[in-house]
Amino acid sequence: MTIADMVSILHARVLRGENGLNRSVHKICCSDLMSDVLAFVNDKTVLVTGLCNQHVVRTAEMLDLKCLVFVRGKIPGDDILDAADELGMTVLATRETAFTTCGLLYTAGLRGEEIDWPENGGADSNA
Amino acid sequence: MHEEYPVEKSDYTRAGEASASIKRILKQLGISGSVLRRIGVACYEVELNLVIHSDGGVLSLDVDSDAVTLTSADRGPGIPDIQMAMREGYSTASEEARSLGFGAGMGLPNMKRNADDFFIESEPGKGTTIRMSFRLG
Repeated sequence: MTIADMVSILHARVLRGENGLNRSVHKICCSDLMSDVLAFVNDKTVLVTGLCNQHVVRTAEMLDLKCLVFVRGKIPGDDILDAADELGMTVLATRETAFTTCGLLYTAGLRGEEIDWPENGGADSNA
Repeated sequence: MHEEYPVEKSDYTRAGEASASIKRILKQLGISGSVLRRIGVACYEVELNLVIHSDGGVLSLDVDSDAVTLTSADRGPGIPDIQMAMREGYSTASEEARSLGFGAGMGLPNMKRNADDFFIESEPGKGTTIRMSFRLG
């Protein structure tokens, strides 16, 4: 699937980075918690979020992510969009909720990150 | 090569600027791929920790032929229980930090996971030093 396919599935608006629409999409991460995104996401992942601040772009920059999808009809400010544009990211906005966005993308065949969760315990076992 | 970046307490607007600069410098030096990504993530986490938890401090970058080292040294307040602070999901972040998307309690464990070597030392009332190194090549 390409970012252009996602645009049509989500009836999304392309806010920045039209020349990246042919990029392939590998995985989806949906979160408003950038701390978790930093901990669990690999590159070539599309970040779906309802959080609208510059830390979404910073987080994506550190992870080398190339596509952001803002949900629930939110449109980030121009400062945020321009920062993403300068970093070569494609930025989409959809009126769908995070739940529906993920449902539509899952139905179209996309999947999320694999989280390592050992048999003998969860995150606490690393303490 | 040695660079220093002062990071101020609660300066959420500029948080991440030092990490973005460091990542760009390393990219210009020809560092790329997964090691650059690991450095970027760990650097951003440690910079955010300075903003969210410390009374301010300095983030330093050292580069030599075989490794990149990031050092964060702050002016306090220190971590009373490092073992607790290293637990995934444990966080003492403020509401302000949480409203910006942080405070999931993944910072220190995520730095440790991304660095090849991770060192933390803290004394309540004095401050915390974190040193992370990343092997090149």
